[in-house]
Amino acid sequence: MAVKPTWITVRSRRLPFSFRLDRRVLPVALLLTAFTLTALVVSINYGQYNMSLLDVVQTLLGTNTAHPDYRNFALVVHTFRLPRILVAFLVGAALAAAGTIMQGITRNPLADPYLLGVSGGASLVAVAVIVWLDDVPLSILPFAAFAGGLIEAFAIYLLAWRAGSSTPIRLILIGIGLSSVVAALTTIMLLFGNINDVQQAYIWLTGSVYGRTWEHVRALGGWLLVFMPLAFVLARGLNMLNLGDEPAKGLGMRVERGRGVLLLISVALTAAAVAVSGTIGFVGLVAPHITRRLVGPSHEGLLPISALFGGALVVTADLIGRVVVAPSELPVGIVTAMIGAPYFAFLLIRSRNHA
Amino acid sequence: MTQLNTRDLTLSYDDACIIDSLDLSIRIGEITALVGANGCGKSTLLRGISRLLKPRAGHVILDGQDIWKLPAKTLAQQLGILPQSPVAPEGLTVHELVAQGRYPHQGWLQQWSAEDERIAHEAMALANVSEYADRPVDTLSGGQRQRAWIAMTLAQDSAIILLDEPTTFLDLAYQIEVLDLLHDLNTQRGKTIVMVLHDLNHACRYADTVIAVKDGGVAAHGAPDQVVTESMVREVFGIDCRIIPDPLTGTPLIVPCGRGGKRLASAQSHSQIDTFVHSPVFALMEA
Repeated sequence: MAVKPTWITVRSRRLPFSFRLDRRVLPVALLLTAFTLTALVVSINYGQYNMSLLDVVQTLLGTNTAHPDYRNFALVVHTFRLPRILVAFLVGAALAAAGTIMQGITRNPLADPYLLGVSGGASLVAVAVIVWLDDVPLSILPFAAFAGGLIEAFAIYLLAWRAGSSTPIRLILIGIGLSSVVAALTTIMLLFGNINDVQQAYIWLTGSVYGRTWEHVRALGGWLLVFMPLAFVLARGLNMLNLGDEPAKGLGMRVERGRGVLLLISVALTAAAVAVSGTIGFVGLVAPHITRRLVGPSHEGLLPISALFGGALVVTADLIGRVVVAPSELPVGIVTAMIGAPYFAFLLIRSRNHA
Repeated sequence: MTQLNTRDLTLSYDDACIIDSLDLSIRIGEITALVGANGCGKSTLLRGISRLLKPRAGHVILDGQDIWKLPAKTLAQQLGILPQSPVAPEGLTVHELVAQGRYPHQGWLQQWSAEDERIAHEAMALANVSEYADRPVDTLSGGQRQRAWIAMTLAQDSAIILLDEPTTFLDLAYQIEVLDLLHDLNTQRGKTIVMVLHDLNHACRYADTVIAVKDGGVAAHGAPDQVVTESMVREVFGIDCRIIPDPLTGTPLIVPCGRGGKRLASAQSHSQIDTFVHSPVFALMEA
């Protein structure tokens, strides 16, 4: 009996190159890309300075240089609005990819860099750097955040992985507990810090993309350029881990090493995002979850689509935050929390009913 | 000729020694069943042979090489293991699960070759799961699910397949279905099969060789009709039984002596009840 696969295969005749992707991946990717581009244009269009959607598109493409207002357009689009929105997209993509990896390696649909406190650990060390060291360059923050996230991830690993196993609930509880400890430590640090440093730390901590510049885009983009492709290449390892440790070992995967490398990648992605935007919660939880429903559980498609979804989500959340209380604005972290927290509650109730 | 042996194999969890310096040789081309009481170490032994558990001391030798010195994927090409009651991730289809079985044959760039596709299809056809290829594994019945996992192990295309209690939690009909499949794989495809079985009668029927494990060692090792005796069952399982020829196959059929079936109960079990009633334990229970 001929079996029609649910995936499409790409195969080279001459080179030893082949891979397969779920059939749903391409259409979903196209839809999400179209949505993201629309959100990008609408988001750039929205603000104090009035310009038409067409002006925005033409400025982005550089086809209206002859327009009398081009100088203003270029200033508003390229200097003020575009970098902020690109940062929003990259932060969302990084957090969503990190969440997908964490959910994969823990076999736990509730894992997320924010809930597990990896974001919190990253913020703690980054705040320490801002408060204690003078004149820190922006580029050092991702490294500080990486160290913090790593310590936090390691602590959770030690506490939750007793006797080589962990229940989803235990993992979540320990993560939430450690997050509170880390949040308290962060607050203590802010209480005793120099007032100027503390102000700088506060602005950064709220989980916002306000006022982000090309410098932020480059810093974050650089980290993603390294760790995103690495994550995509190792996606097959996540499929293995999802079968369970023993079947994965039986298939010849080096489970402990693979899980360690993937954990490092997810912490690096989280840290890079936290370093430029502070802690933006629930993106790493919601994006992989909804994406899994759209394209299935195979990580070759799930991981990139989830990153795309996360990017679109944060760009949209940022736009909502700017529209609802205009001319003031809500930090994007608050908007994602308002979307994500009920979703998390829904998942928690559902998983309890299943267990 | 392939060979699979253990030499001085010692396996332990934490400090509890489960298998103690065991020399064992698994016959290639046969079905071997590991049997024994709960907690006797038979699953541990299977895990040790398959590299799921690192030995405290000694070696598992495949073709003259220590399995721990082989690259993980190379070993997986020669030896497949299906652990007890694996759980597939939600929504994963049978076809995708079986495709995962090709992992040890794939590289970073070569992730789904024409050969991968052919062998995965063949594995599904052999395990008789082709008709559910597009169904998520978690929506299947127990027997279908176990066959899907066996198909994944078949896609691994290893000459040796180890299985830990492949019939646990299955209805009788599904148990026989799975065992028949393994029998066919052995006789028609020449696969060497080593499995832990709970049911001694199934072991007698389907295995060429039975290995009875007790207290970290091997209590009996040989063809069922030679080693499965009333005294062996008493020693290994701690229960009295009668052994009669299986009416269908002539292999040993174990009939345990218990207290059920009042009217036909033997004189021996009556005397056991008498002993119990007059024992101090019974007096305590009465008080």
